[in-house]
Amino acid sequence: MVSQVMGWIDERFPLTKVWREHLAEYYAPKNFNFWYYFGSLALLVLVMQIVTGIFLTMNYKPDARFAFASVEYIMRDVNFGWLIRYMHSTGASMFFVVVYLHMMRGILYGSYRKPRELLWIIGMAIYLCLMGEAFFGYLLPWGQMSYWGAQVIVSLVDAISPEVALWIRGDYVISDATLNRFFAFHVIALPLVLLVLVFLHIVALHQVGSNNPDGIEIKNHKDPVSHIPLDGIPFHPYYTVKDIVGVSGYFIAYFGIIFFLPEMGGYFLEENNFIPADPLKTPPHIAPLWYFTPFYAILRAIPQKQLGIAAMGLAVLIFFLLPWLDRGVVKSVRYRGTLYKSALTAFVLSFLVLGYLGTQEPTIWYVNPIARVCAGIYFGFFLLMPIYSRLDKTKPVPERVTS
Amino acid sequence: MNHLKSWHHSLIQGLLILFLGLSGAIVQAEEEVKLDKAPVDTSNLPSLQRGAQHFMNYCMNCHSAHLARFDLLEQLGLSEKLVTQNLILTDAKVADYMTVVLKAKDAQNWFGVPPPDLTVEARVRGADWIYTYLRSFYRDDQRPSGWNNRVFPNVAMPHVLWALQGQQELQRKGGEDALVLTQKGSLSPQEYDQFVGDLVNFLVFMSEPTRLARLHLGLWVMGFLLILFLVARALKREFWKDIH
Repeated sequence: MVSQVMGWIDERFPLTKVWREHLAEYYAPKNFNFWYYFGSLALLVLVMQIVTGIFLTMNYKPDARFAFASVEYIMRDVNFGWLIRYMHSTGASMFFVVVYLHMMRGILYGSYRKPRELLWIIGMAIYLCLMGEAFFGYLLPWGQMSYWGAQVIVSLVDAISPEVALWIRGDYVISDATLNRFFAFHVIALPLVLLVLVFLHIVALHQVGSNNPDGIEIKNHKDPVSHIPLDGIPFHPYYTVKDIVGVSGYFIAYFGIIFFLPEMGGYFLEENNFIPADPLKTPPHIAPLWYFTPFYAILRAIPQKQLGIAAMGLAVLIFFLLPWLDRGVVKSVRYRGTLYKSALTAFVLSFLVLGYLGTQEPTIWYVNPIARVCAGIYFGFFLLMPIYSRLDKTKPVPERVTS
Repeated sequence: MNHLKSWHHSLIQGLLILFLGLSGAIVQAEEEVKLDKAPVDTSNLPSLQRGAQHFMNYCMNCHSAHLARFDLLEQLGLSEKLVTQNLILTDAKVADYMTVVLKAKDAQNWFGVPPPDLTVEARVRGADWIYTYLRSFYRDDQRPSGWNNRVFPNVAMPHVLWALQGQQELQRKGGEDALVLTQKGSLSPQEYDQFVGDLVNFLVFMSEPTRLARLHLGLWVMGFLLILFLVARALKREFWKDIH
């Protein structure tokens, strides 16, 4: 009976073929470590954001008069509305945690190198799209930080082209018109783009196969008879059961925050966003949520506004060039030399320090000077990479993956 | 992977040194009035009931809480009848939002700024801030209301609770400014602290009525996830035992 049904479907849709090629007979390297959880987790978070988002949309009102109150209505009068809202707000921050770790994995093991350049570029497009999604979504609760955060970001566009800024806002200030269109972008336009990009990301991944912590190709050593990579194991069931462990671990952290620290000390839900948006009252200190603060710190560190905007844009876009900036003979950090490891350590530290500085008021004396030094390190990591990655004394790479 | 481990190790060490250094800088940068710890316990129903009563009697003449409904008070173990007869001072029903008749425009004229809505104020300022603020008013003839506040300098709000607390003055003691009670109120300092503590406790409850449910449900969810994690790990080990 089951085989008859499957036969009927397979004549009309390649179900068994897809199942085999992408799960049961998709061979992934057997030496994935902790860092390799974050790809599947990112997919999980995306699905959860969409599902919780659908339920929020049922009760949220994208109207400047009612938006703030409708969020509190969800928190109070909707059954388990508080849980859905916290899942969505915590999920937004956790999406960036997961994606930043996923990107870090790519950098650590050289997953952007040939033949995975396009995979990396699609991934970066997802990251850009996610930044837009987060930015548009953050306006919706219509709190003071929503309003003034959007005001600051749109003012950056304004500094380059007032006409474009006017076109984005749909008004001369952030207003009801802006809220309505940001709602449209957040709930339909960008999610559609995200889903398409994620699909393409997986298609590209399955074309080239997964990298691994040793940064070597498992396809170079195949069984002469079966043509299966000797160091490869079927994604299903091996990595599906392993990812359940990752998901359980992630859920402990995610729901731990939701139930016990939903504001995360003001980093996931800011105190000022519990004040309704007031166009006449500028908060003394405006900072974006933590996932944008490294770039915000770079923006503020540069005294000339247009230059600062250019530097901020470059700081994000420069990741696209990584496959061509890296001239190292090995991919994985395991076989890189001291030179590259020092550069990477300095980069990670500068990114974290910039993230911290972006949350602090720029009037504090040390904020902008340190941010300038860190911005120098940040750009140095990328721009000097063609030199130091080539000079780096690498270690010999093994033929087969190590456990 | 020894070399990888040592590299991770030095990264973590570097991070630690950095954050310790930065946190030292933050402590130096912040120099404000020290906030007292508010005695918040949203499972203490008698305290919440007293706090609700204080809120209705003293706050809701000017401040609204218009994102919450009066039936919020039924969660404090009070019946609809009790709430309607004793805590709703207007002809509002329990399902109505906790609005206030004071018009924003009038308030603007009288105080210079309309009193903020207090529904989620505890999430904006924090319980400790409100607790300290309500106990830090002092006489100041320079101000139109005759009152000033150490936590919120030049605040527009007069000391509404002065008859309870009495009058404080700002005096210099041993090189530091300190508040001194110069005229007694109807409550002793301990009683006043408890009065404000109950009120703040209620504000915390009102800012997130589901807080207790969240904490309780959270324990069950954590317990479930822990078991799920252990089962998932055992399952993974079983599947992976012949992969070397």
